[in-house]
Amino acid sequence: MDLAAILALNVVNGAASLFLLCLGLAIIFGMMRIINLAHGEFVMLGAYAAVISANAGVNIFVAMLVVAPLFVGLVGLVVERCLIRFLYGRLVDSMLATWGLSLLIVGLVTTIFGNTMQGVATPFGGFSIGAYRTSWYTLFLLAVALVMLVLIYAILRYTRFGLIARAVMQNPEMAAVLGVSPARIYMATFSLGAAVTGLAGGVLAPVSGITPVMGGAYVAKAFITVVGGGAAIISGTSSASALFGLVNQLGAYLTTPVYGEVVLFLAAIVLIRLLPQGISGRFFKGTI
Amino acid sequence: MNGPVKLTLQALAILAACVAVAVMPSYVDLFQLMQFTLFCSMAVLALSLGFIWGFGGILSFGQTAFFGLGAYAYAVTAINFQDSTPAILLAVLVPALFALALGYFVFYGRISDVYLGVITLTVTLILFNVFNSTAGDAYAIGSARLGGFNGMPAVPTFNMPFDPSSILFPEQSWYVTGGALIAVYLGLRLLLRSSFGRVAIAVRENETRAALLGYDPRLVKLLVFVVGGGVAGLAGALYVNWGAFVGPTIFALSLSAEIIIWICIGGLGTLIGPIVGCFLIEYLVSQIGTQQAFNANLVLGAILVVFVLLLPKGLVPTVRDLLLAAGRLARERNRRPAGEETHALPGGHPVGAE
Amino acid sequence: MAEIAPLLETRNLTMRFGGVVANDDVNFALEEMELRCLIGPNGAGKSTFFKMLTGQLTPTQGTIRFRTHPIAGNLPHQIARLGIGIKTQIPNVFNGLSVRENVWLAAARAARREASAKRAAAIVDEVLERIRLGGLAEAIVGQLSHGQRQWVEIGTVLAAEPELILLDEPAAGMTDEETARTAEIIREINRTRALIVVEHDMEFIKMIAKKVTVFHQGRIMMEDTVEAVLADSRVRDVYLGKKVAA
Repeated sequence: MDLAAILALNVVNGAASLFLLCLGLAIIFGMMRIINLAHGEFVMLGAYAAVISANAGVNIFVAMLVVAPLFVGLVGLVVERCLIRFLYGRLVDSMLATWGLSLLIVGLVTTIFGNTMQGVATPFGGFSIGAYRTSWYTLFLLAVALVMLVLIYAILRYTRFGLIARAVMQNPEMAAVLGVSPARIYMATFSLGAAVTGLAGGVLAPVSGITPVMGGAYVAKAFITVVGGGAAIISGTSSASALFGLVNQLGAYLTTPVYGEVVLFLAAIVLIRLLPQGISGRFFKGTI
Repeated sequence: MNGPVKLTLQALAILAACVAVAVMPSYVDLFQLMQFTLFCSMAVLALSLGFIWGFGGILSFGQTAFFGLGAYAYAVTAINFQDSTPAILLAVLVPALFALALGYFVFYGRISDVYLGVITLTVTLILFNVFNSTAGDAYAIGSARLGGFNGMPAVPTFNMPFDPSSILFPEQSWYVTGGALIAVYLGLRLLLRSSFGRVAIAVRENETRAALLGYDPRLVKLLVFVVGGGVAGLAGALYVNWGAFVGPTIFALSLSAEIIIWICIGGLGTLIGPIVGCFLIEYLVSQIGTQQAFNANLVLGAILVVFVLLLPKGLVPTVRDLLLAAGRLARERNRRPAGEETHALPGGHPVGAE
Repeated sequence: MAEIAPLLETRNLTMRFGGVVANDDVNFALEEMELRCLIGPNGAGKSTFFKMLTGQLTPTQGTIRFRTHPIAGNLPHQIARLGIGIKTQIPNVFNGLSVRENVWLAAARAARREASAKRAAAIVDEVLERIRLGGLAEAIVGQLSHGQRQWVEIGTVLAAEPELILLDEPAAGMTDEETARTAEIIREINRTRALIVVEHDMEFIKMIAKKVTVFHQGRIMMEDTVEAVLADSRVRDVYLGKKVAA
């Protein structure tokens, strides 16, 4: 019973982390059809922003939930203006350029901060379920993931920005005729995606090893989850995160953590083979 | 340029390359020779992706999967047989078969562009994870222990074919590696001139049209992919021969990224471009390593971004276009006094004809 | 059945995209060596019909038989190998290759049946002569004019030597002289092969057509001789955009 509870908690935690990690990438991919291969580095920058400001005396929650998304959102804005806007409609080129960007950011951070960084302690502490110990932070991550899900859904569904953004994604020419500037929407969308990614980096910082190359571990996972989820940002990403989180944790439990990842990747390949349009392309058509 | 002139020039270039390989040991010291040997094995890897991406339209984000499998296949066989002859064969065969299986899964499942990238990337990660966790006696093939993250040290290097007692000296290894690069280049060049090569280029140009003419794009792409896998495997064997070592970092994404950078810089859709890009970048990285003024990632990333934005064709096609334009200009100047009209058409060059 | 089986026959052919019905219950038959014209306003379903015949779309319902071979849902290259060639509406050629290479790719596939490289080379020369692009044989197709690329595509279709040739707006973008020449080539091909031609240009239709099928809103509205079709008031209404039988 205790085992089942802790296992369930791990699955939920895995799915929540994955969802947080992917949401920013999904916003950018779903709306702009740009694959941002520097996504992992945006996560890394979020983590660095949170850790550095926390070590400088900023409240840890402010550092994670405010400083990290703001900083990475700004980075996203700069990147969109200097790089991405020249590459709309050129999927492969945008992948290559953002891959170059990811190397550039890794090199920059290494040059400035060196190869390792003092992390921050995990807030809250732990509790026990029977013989198993776990941390309250797991539940905090879940809460953040849920809040983000609701928040992004609300933005897309109920705000003027969300409406315009969805219209631009459907038909950029038509939106331009209606007086909406697609360029500004793309800019805002990319920054929003970057900020959400920065937030993920911030809240994952206390439970991750902080190094310049930490993004490499995330980008592939996020990439396959988003593609596996399909174009619908909320329904696709949440369903793919839940599925892959489950597969990952069960795989890790039944074998070893390393093979847990292998099982996750295999599941992703099979899923993409069976559903080339992703989960949402098949089961949640027309949702967001 | 007309056909015969071009062929002569190409033959001369190949001859020059052969001479360069032959005389190199008498001009450079052993350390530099080893360095060049490494560059040439990497250039074979560059050709493998340059071929499938430039001529098959298949962008693999995980070409190191085949490179690494080739390297491991070589190491395992060489340790077991203590002879490099079957090891080199298997280093080509194993990745080619793996490419066949993976390619069948991908191309016959009608998975395209982005998804192909995702899958190749993911497969590379899987291989990295799997080989990384093969520490311990349980993971051994015959007498070869895979060694987990420590990799496999002291792998036997190349010997004379079927004569394990005569191990090649570094100079001989250089001849083999440089020769292999030239041979692979020539082989791919000939393949592209064959009917199959022309059909492959047609499929890359316009898949729908090729299918409507009766060619099966799935089969064509699969075969291109398999050839690329085999060539990458050969590069893996050459690489292990250079360092006598193989470890799971051979599957690292950073190397996959580097191959893509070589091709972007040298020029996609050419065979010479990837080789040029590889030599330039590898030389640059080795210089950065000795200077330590800049971080290699920083420089590579900046170069890639700059090329995608400003020189998307890459060096070789850009230089070729400039030369052609200059040649045309010179010819027009010469002809104008005679009042002769030049070609109405801009001088086109068939794809992959340099 | 005593009568000879048609070359091509569709039964209840239907194609739906979500809620849109592009083709609705199309029953169509083409005899051996027949030349048929398809007309109808934009969006009448002619191109969708061609895409199903060539395997680019899998019909939602219904069957297609080519010489009694069921082909609905086959892949494009399988259908092409059975002997159906198509010139699509927008020039669909290998833009990065030369004219000769374009035609050779088609000829090589056709000559493969006879396993002869010489045969392929002979077909290429013959076709280049026929489409009058011999002088531009080494030119890169992407740098040619729209009309010339139309000819290249017609050339690839001819070189493949199919049993049935589908032409989607072959005269679009051509000069009067080229249009006349296209008509001539079509009549010439028709001496040995069957064709289906989609065209808007009524003058062109008059030059080549015997029997005409009219598509409207995804269905076959009528099927008759050129004269009868052109005289029909419903057809004129459809083309002038009036309500049918208003």
